[in-house]
Amino acid sequence: MIPAEFDYTAPETLQEAISALAEGGEDAKLLAGGHSLLPLMKLRLAAPSLLVDIRRVAGLHGVERQNGDWRIGALTTHATLARSAQLGVVATVASTIADPQVRNRGTIGGSLAHGDAAADLPAAMLVCEAEVTLQGPGGQRSVAAADLFKDYLTTAVAPDEVLTEVRVPALDGWGHGHQKFNRRSEDWAMVGVCVVVKSNGGTCEDVRVGLTNMGPVPLRATAVEEALRGRDLTAESIAAAAEHAADGTNPPAELNATADYKRHLARVMTRRAIQQAVGG
Amino acid sequence: MTVTDQAPAGRHVGRPLRRKEDPRLLAGRARYIDDITLPGTLWAAFVRSPEAHARILSVDKSAALERAGVHAVFVGEDLADLAGPLPLAWVPPGVEVNNPEHWPLARGAVKHVGDPVAVVIGEDRYAVVDAAADVVVDYEPLPAVTDPELALKGAPFVHEQFATNETHRWSLGGGDLDAGFAEADVVVERRVVNHRTAGAPMEPRGVLADYRAGTLTLWSSTQVPHFLRLFLAILLGMSEERVRVIAPEVGGGFGSKLQVYGEEVLAAWASRKLGQPVKWIETRSENLAVTHQGRDQIDYVKIGAKRDGTLTALHVQIIADLGAYNMLLTPAIPALGAFVMSGVYRIPAVQTDIVGVFTNKCPTDAIRGAGRPEATHLIEVTMDQLAHELGMDRLELRRRNFIPKDQFPAEVAFGIVYDSGDYEKTLEKLLEHVDLDAFRREQEELRARGVYRGIGFSTYTEICGLAPTRAVGPQGFGNQAGFWESAMVRVHNTGAVTAYTGASPHGQGHETTFAQIVADRLGVDPEVVEIVHGDTATGPEGRNTYGSRSLAVGGEALARCAVKIADKARAIVAHKLEAAPEDIELVDDRFVVRGSPDRGMTLAEVAGAAYLNEVPEGMEPGLETTTFWDPDNFVFPFGAHACIVDVDPETGKVTVQRYVAVDDCGHAINPLVIDGQVHGGIAHAIGQALYEQVQYDDRGQLVTGTFVNYGLPTASELPSFETDRTETPSPVNSLGVKGIGEAGTIAASPAVTNAVIDALRPLGVDYVNMPLSPMRIWDAIQGANREGGSQS
Amino acid sequence: MSGTVNVRLTVNGVEHTLDVEPRLLLVHALRDELGLTGTHVGCDTSNCGACTVHLDGKAVKSCTVLAVQADGAEVTTIEGLGTEDDLHPMQEAFWNNHGLQCGYCTPGMIMAATALLADREGEGMITEEEVRHGLEGNLCRCTGYHNIVKSVLDAASKTGEMVA
Repeated sequence: MIPAEFDYTAPETLQEAISALAEGGEDAKLLAGGHSLLPLMKLRLAAPSLLVDIRRVAGLHGVERQNGDWRIGALTTHATLARSAQLGVVATVASTIADPQVRNRGTIGGSLAHGDAAADLPAAMLVCEAEVTLQGPGGQRSVAAADLFKDYLTTAVAPDEVLTEVRVPALDGWGHGHQKFNRRSEDWAMVGVCVVVKSNGGTCEDVRVGLTNMGPVPLRATAVEEALRGRDLTAESIAAAAEHAADGTNPPAELNATADYKRHLARVMTRRAIQQAVGG
Repeated sequence: MTVTDQAPAGRHVGRPLRRKEDPRLLAGRARYIDDITLPGTLWAAFVRSPEAHARILSVDKSAALERAGVHAVFVGEDLADLAGPLPLAWVPPGVEVNNPEHWPLARGAVKHVGDPVAVVIGEDRYAVVDAAADVVVDYEPLPAVTDPELALKGAPFVHEQFATNETHRWSLGGGDLDAGFAEADVVVERRVVNHRTAGAPMEPRGVLADYRAGTLTLWSSTQVPHFLRLFLAILLGMSEERVRVIAPEVGGGFGSKLQVYGEEVLAAWASRKLGQPVKWIETRSENLAVTHQGRDQIDYVKIGAKRDGTLTALHVQIIADLGAYNMLLTPAIPALGAFVMSGVYRIPAVQTDIVGVFTNKCPTDAIRGAGRPEATHLIEVTMDQLAHELGMDRLELRRRNFIPKDQFPAEVAFGIVYDSGDYEKTLEKLLEHVDLDAFRREQEELRARGVYRGIGFSTYTEICGLAPTRAVGPQGFGNQAGFWESAMVRVHNTGAVTAYTGASPHGQGHETTFAQIVADRLGVDPEVVEIVHGDTATGPEGRNTYGSRSLAVGGEALARCAVKIADKARAIVAHKLEAAPEDIELVDDRFVVRGSPDRGMTLAEVAGAAYLNEVPEGMEPGLETTTFWDPDNFVFPFGAHACIVDVDPETGKVTVQRYVAVDDCGHAINPLVIDGQVHGGIAHAIGQALYEQVQYDDRGQLVTGTFVNYGLPTASELPSFETDRTETPSPVNSLGVKGIGEAGTIAASPAVTNAVIDALRPLGVDYVNMPLSPMRIWDAIQGANREGGSQS
Repeated sequence: MSGTVNVRLTVNGVEHTLDVEPRLLLVHALRDELGLTGTHVGCDTSNCGACTVHLDGKAVKSCTVLAVQADGAEVTTIEGLGTEDDLHPMQEAFWNNHGLQCGYCTPGMIMAATALLADREGEGMITEEEVRHGLEGNLCRCTGYHNIVKSVLDAASKTGEMVA
């Protein structure tokens, strides 16, 4: 299978890339690692008329600490994230994406701009309360992860905007857990749960729970968080809180998983992820 | 000339030689079908039906034809000069099979998603894909049927002209079934579903056809070049000697390349039509939609036993979903299962009733094991169910009913004769590897911690070495061809050997194992024995590779051929050294005079004499001969497997912790290769049991059309396997060998299933069908909870 | 639509300049333009890994990389690893341990395996579980992975030779 024809440009600067996208209109697409876009193009489920490849644009790589945040360049690969243990839950989640070859090419920017609710990083961004930086013809803006994912494969990134970096608050002192349920390890998550917890002497000061593939967009399991915040972190309190993991969700049924089963998995995986996060 | 029985282990036979074919494969220097292109090659891309069932109202080729570089667009009616539709070659004996015409391109209607409607042929491999997307087909959708049991109830019909979806009925049985069930104290009935799977070799199919100067040369990624040549000649109206088929390096088959495919016929036809080579390489999406699939049976099993466990009767009703058309062997596949329906047990009355069903799905045909995995699965799963019903140990029930080793050759109730076996021995050996008492202790401890561990067994036999003409020819089970095999051995002037086999390997390692067989018989090193295969223009007529036949039939033919050469060599040595031929023996690498080891000749010296015509009076010069060999019987490998799984009771996810296999395929030629075959077979069956399933929705849309959702297991899902062997020689051939290519696949799915049920019994689950997906297990646990807990 | 784009690739140490359609997949550039047919295509969806090559030292699936994306890059294919007469230690290990049958997945598997060991150089002996996870981007239908895993562990045990 091969993609339909398209035009291609690989500008050297961000401004050129933004101009190319603007001129290309709705059918122009940004190309980063290509591991979300190219598979769709090969199956001809996507057929952009122009690809703007940003591989030559400087300054879009790497992980660095800036004012209590981690600044991650959009072209940073999943493999780099996975090796950056200092990123905590982000590194853990990245290490479970697909397989080594995909992690070597796929990028954080590409994954977030694509906005697949079954992808692993979006939910991690929610629990980290990360922000992305978008550059467009009108300049730069920041969008909170909570506002980034609009609908099924739809994000706040405008067609002529480039997602240039991700700012992840450093959750120093927080524990984290991640549970990805799938049949085979290279599969997409049937349900994924990532958790960060701040505890103090066995009490939950704060907790955030993110759900993968439980709706058209990645979700925060706020009912779980509310049930646990301020409580002692015991097996019982965690289990009780996790029972709320699927509250209000309407997960899409899929091959070999009904919505009910996915809700059940969300509860089990949430309990396990919280236990993992608190070291239980 | 008589065939000399050789000791099983020779200088080379029995050794774990690393494979001769490997360096080219390892270095990326092998030549698969897509690695071959000829000057002027045109590319083909197919327009395939998105509908499960529809009338074709019109096909508009015009936009496609306007594309630069497109030479032609053909539809079904353009192929009017084909001599006939695609072949159905094996019909169970004595039955009429409803057999719709099946053309390389659909004529008037499509019957399953992926059915080809048109083909675009042009200069560029990318551009033809674009042009295929430009072909506009107007369909009138018709109602589709995908559930075989619904299909049997009546309309809609896949093929209206038959006014039924039933393809055929066929039965095989023996003994008094009614008496057997009347005698039974306990009767267990189960509905055993054996779901549809894909062969999924890593190399998809492909073909390159070059018709020039009245001759067709066709390269195809096929298991059966000789069959393909025959049918190409027939369908194209060509004389057979004008058709040459070459199977280049073939990247796996698993039965899915045992076929005469429409794309192969189309490429040949189009090359003749257009006067240029035509090439088509299948995409994986096509492979999962249109390359024949396997299994897909619903089996109603009824087994009877006395209170002490003695089996009295077995009845199996197979509903076989054959998909939309009959392909080469389609209706015969469930029949192969009927041949081993007794399993390894003495059962006085056994009856298998098969009903074939059309559905709007891809046709089924032979996939690794072909009918025998289904039979073995239903027997071995039902034996566990029966043991539970009887309150008896599962292995004790098996042992009580094993055909004893002193009863071989053993005729089972329906007339098949098992060649040899020692089922107790393989089971004993298995239990040397698996400490059952320790396992039960561990199982208890783990349950206390919420981990549900189970063990399952499978004791199996299978029928392979397809096939004695006596059994499958017109006098037997009604095939229209004999399944002998050929071999030709040519000793060159220097003593190097080229050996031609009619077998056509695609990963099995024949170039090594067959060289070992020849080397031992001619006193040379396997390094100087080249095995040539897969080309109808070299060597004699052949019957190719499937049904675990290569070694037991083709290897034996080659052994006999080499013995003929050795006999001639002895006569030449005797002549040259003035000794009696019966006094010449092969010792290591020399033919020597018995008792005078210093007097002798190497094969190179013999060849020198043979080509100088220094041979006995009346003997032809040269050192080359051909053998055809038709076995008297099938061969019946057997074994005992154990699987240990953990089930996560909260999610239903199953993890294989340990897999132990003891197999007996007669004498071992190359243990390394045998283990490799067993590993792959087990993985294939674990894949079916836990991960793989071809799925269609109710409207006949394929929902597992890529490797994203048709989930082959990866290395992460599987454990390392523990393998061991016993060697019970087959009396059917001089090598004493049986087949091993399908054994793992035949044995493993019931071992996995029984292990999962063993794990789940404390949760009240007594039975569950494959695929053992997490949700299905979880559902089963929920269902048991609702029913009020454990019945065990 | 578009014209061609000029791409410069260094493949197995040899520099090539190609004019390619933007949509040309790297795997087809290698196979059809450069004649390096050791790299195979086994699926449409980046699952099977038969097309694995090293791109600037990292294992990638060359069916999911456009040739234009590899402009200026160094590519190593199976042909660049070792020859039939002078096999790379990983190839030798696959041979010794019967780590292949039909051979179709083998080049991709070996490229993934060499990258796996190179990526974790200095981290000590690799475990069976790590090998299995490290190869989860490569499908094999013949071997059940048993002998592939054994081959990689065998190659890793001779770690001094493991510079790809």
